[in-house]
Amino acid sequence: MNFFKTLGEKPWLDPTMANSDALVAVDPLLASRTALRFIMGIVSVLFFLFIITYLSRSQYPDFQALAGQPWQPFTDPGRLWLNTGILAASSVAMQWGLWSARREQINRAVAGVSMAVFFAVLFLVAQLELWRHLQGMGYYVNTNPANSYFYLLTAVHGLHLLGGLLVLANVVFRVWYDGALTRLSGPLALCTHYWHFLLVVWLLLFALLTSRVETINMLAALCGF
Amino acid sequence: MQHAAIADQTPELHDPHSFITRYIWSQDHKVIAIQYSLTAVFVGLVALVLSGLMRLQLGFPDTFDFIDPSSYLQFVTMHGMIMVIYLLTALLLGGFGNYLIPLMIGARDMVFPYLNMLSYWTYLLSVIVLLASFFVPGGPTGAGWTLYPPQAILQGTPGYDWGIILMLASLAIFIIAFTMGGLNYVTTVLQARTHGMTLMRMPLTIWGIFTATVLGLLAFPALLVSAIMMMLDKVIGTSFFMPALLSLGETLDYTGGSPILFQHLFWFFGHPEVYIVALPAFGMVSDVIATHARKNIFGYRMMVWAIVAIGGLSFVVWAHHMYVSGMHPAFGFFFATTTLIIAVPTAIKVYNWVLTLWRGNIHLTVPMLFAIGFIFTFTHGGLTGLFLGNVTIDLPLSDTYFVVAHFHMVMGVSPIMVLFAAIYHWYPLITGRMFHVGLGKAHFWFTFLGTYAIYLPMHYLGFLGVPRRYFAMDGTDFIPASAQSLNASITISALIVGLSQLLFLYNVFWSLRNGKPAGHNPWGATSLEWQTPEVPPRHGNWGPELPRVYRWAYDYSVPGTEADFIPQNHPEQKGAEG
Ligand code: HEM
Ligand SMILES: [Cu+2]
Repeated sequence: MNFFKTLGEKPWLDPTMANSDALVAVDPLLASRTALRFIMGIVSVLFFLFIITYLSRSQYPDFQALAGQPWQPFTDPGRLWLNTGILAASSVAMQWGLWSARREQINRAVAGVSMAVFFAVLFLVAQLELWRHLQGMGYYVNTNPANSYFYLLTAVHGLHLLGGLLVLANVVFRVWYDGALTRLSGPLALCTHYWHFLLVVWLLLFALLTSRVETINMLAALCGF
Repeated sequence: MQHAAIADQTPELHDPHSFITRYIWSQDHKVIAIQYSLTAVFVGLVALVLSGLMRLQLGFPDTFDFIDPSSYLQFVTMHGMIMVIYLLTALLLGGFGNYLIPLMIGARDMVFPYLNMLSYWTYLLSVIVLLASFFVPGGPTGAGWTLYPPQAILQGTPGYDWGIILMLASLAIFIIAFTMGGLNYVTTVLQARTHGMTLMRMPLTIWGIFTATVLGLLAFPALLVSAIMMMLDKVIGTSFFMPALLSLGETLDYTGGSPILFQHLFWFFGHPEVYIVALPAFGMVSDVIATHARKNIFGYRMMVWAIVAIGGLSFVVWAHHMYVSGMHPAFGFFFATTTLIIAVPTAIKVYNWVLTLWRGNIHLTVPMLFAIGFIFTFTHGGLTGLFLGNVTIDLPLSDTYFVVAHFHMVMGVSPIMVLFAAIYHWYPLITGRMFHVGLGKAHFWFTFLGTYAIYLPMHYLGFLGVPRRYFAMDGTDFIPASAQSLNASITISALIVGLSQLLFLYNVFWSLRNGKPAGHNPWGATSLEWQTPEVPPRHGNWGPELPRVYRWAYDYSVPGTEADFIPQNHPEQKGAEG
């Protein structure tokens, strides 16, 4: 749909014209896809705002980045890589499940989704483990703004993943209940989209949280802080 | 996500039967709309009472023992927050958005009815949490509706403990509720329009609600972000916004956070919020004016463009609320300029309303009176906005009653005028009965004239330098003593206006039983919501078949036709013989 073309229509001239984008019946899948686009837009805005405030806050003298010096926790981001791998595995499993569902290989589809759920939950547990690890090192939520942002951003990201899991459960149960596993691929495609989207968000957060002072300062300078 | 296929099922299929599924746990957009509206009006009345209490204190200082400086600040805060968010946003989008979207675009319901129901109950929860703060130790927060840190969470501000926590929690819950509803509104408009209902055939009401919802979906996250971070500052002791400081002789644990950061976030939400309440009002008033002047809206396309342009621009003006916080002069220049630019599409809309009235066949019905009243109050408030948008004029006027007068005219009274116009206009559809016209007119004149009696003098008080959010004047010798008599007169007007709202409430409830049956389409309107088979519309709205749309919503007084309007679902070519 070309927005500007739409805005150029003159609806009062010809009553018969411009029926092109008129709809005949509500397609729940199309509706959900529109809603998902909005959701991803909203979530992007949310993280964008968090990140902007992060960059702005990083320019105050009490801010100590989490990576750079040998004693800082993310100078060696091995644990974070592990968690990233788990989340990526979840995305891959979803994608595989989706492909299988499209080819109507129901057993594989179910296996894919189950693995995705497993890895997603594992990711959440691993993130919690990471929190404990940091606290063990004395990096509490309120000791430094960089720490606060780390806990905050991972928590918000995790909650979004949790929300995705709830929706996924709802989708699977509904399809199951209707005995229409063949119709899984439509809604599953939307869930897969969301999964990949959260993976991308996580990669951005990962990059930001493990950045050294110089990188952060450069980004902040780019934003004018 | 819910996948309710609502398109062409026969409505009887899932017509709820028991009282509970029909009126309480209902997924029908019309019932949800009414639940939203009743809740919003209820908290709105609380806010109205609070404003009355503030006015009592200001008009007659040293008279009322139960209002002390703390409770005054608490009243100010709760009044402002409730009015802006829990009344206006909820009533315009949750109430009217819910009721009108499916009916005006020819859908059976919202596309995700379950989510819609959830949205209402979450909203109700946010209201309960908000009102609960009146009953916790320390009472509600008195930080002002802007909730600026550091004072919002420091000792010395009333409600700095539980009050602010509940406020932030309630806002977060509200935002979740709004997001669930908002997803429904935009998706329904984009995906559930009936045959022939192209975007450019939608009534302006829908354009206004749609654009406002998009603004809300993108702006509320900023409030959510600031609420979450402030909550962490308060509860866990992080220093997102809290600078290192001394409070009551003690060094606090906060390190170098930035209160200005909060202001940016808040106003990045706060300014679009003005248009979240204004755009639906713009849309609805356009339709009311066209219907009651029996004339097509002047410049429909321009009106749509203006709505979209205002929506876009509203995201780049936020820092005009922060001139006194200090900023780089280039930014001051930038924000002053964008603020003035946004006046252009806004002014276009005002001209178009006036031009629609010009040579129209104006029926001075109650909705039309309120619509015309709106044109006055909105123009008035808009003009003072042009003053305040300029840095040099804003600096001396900031935080005076001039600002209070300005924003009440433009975003307090004006949307309320439209809400009354809309309630009177759609009352016959919603209830199937007419309201009492005499009472309605009395309500209009009390409200309209009373509004001016309240807010015109406030501009003058602002020039004198009377500061806002002050419990009492003391040691302000530059303010002449006569300002007090003005304050007393404002208070009396405010009480009269407040009481006259009882006329409205009485009318609404009395007419439910005793009003004349309205019949189909009493105003002779063209848009779809008036063309339902039953009045009030039943569950599923349209009977067995969805309507088919052949024209835009403004075919009034078309030459060469019999009636002076052609409904949107009327197939006949317009003016075929003429
Ligand atoms: C009869 C109707 C109303 C009266 C008499 C009234 C009166 C007042 C008064 C006395 C104040 C406090 C001024 C001060 O001490 O600084 C105030 C503040 C405010 N009012 Fe109203 N008001 C009314 C309706 C509304 C409406 C409909 C809105 C909706 C937008 C609204 C929004 C606000 C806001 C945002 C504030 C600022 C609160 C703050 O400073 O934190 N008011 N009003
Ligand atoms: Cu503004």
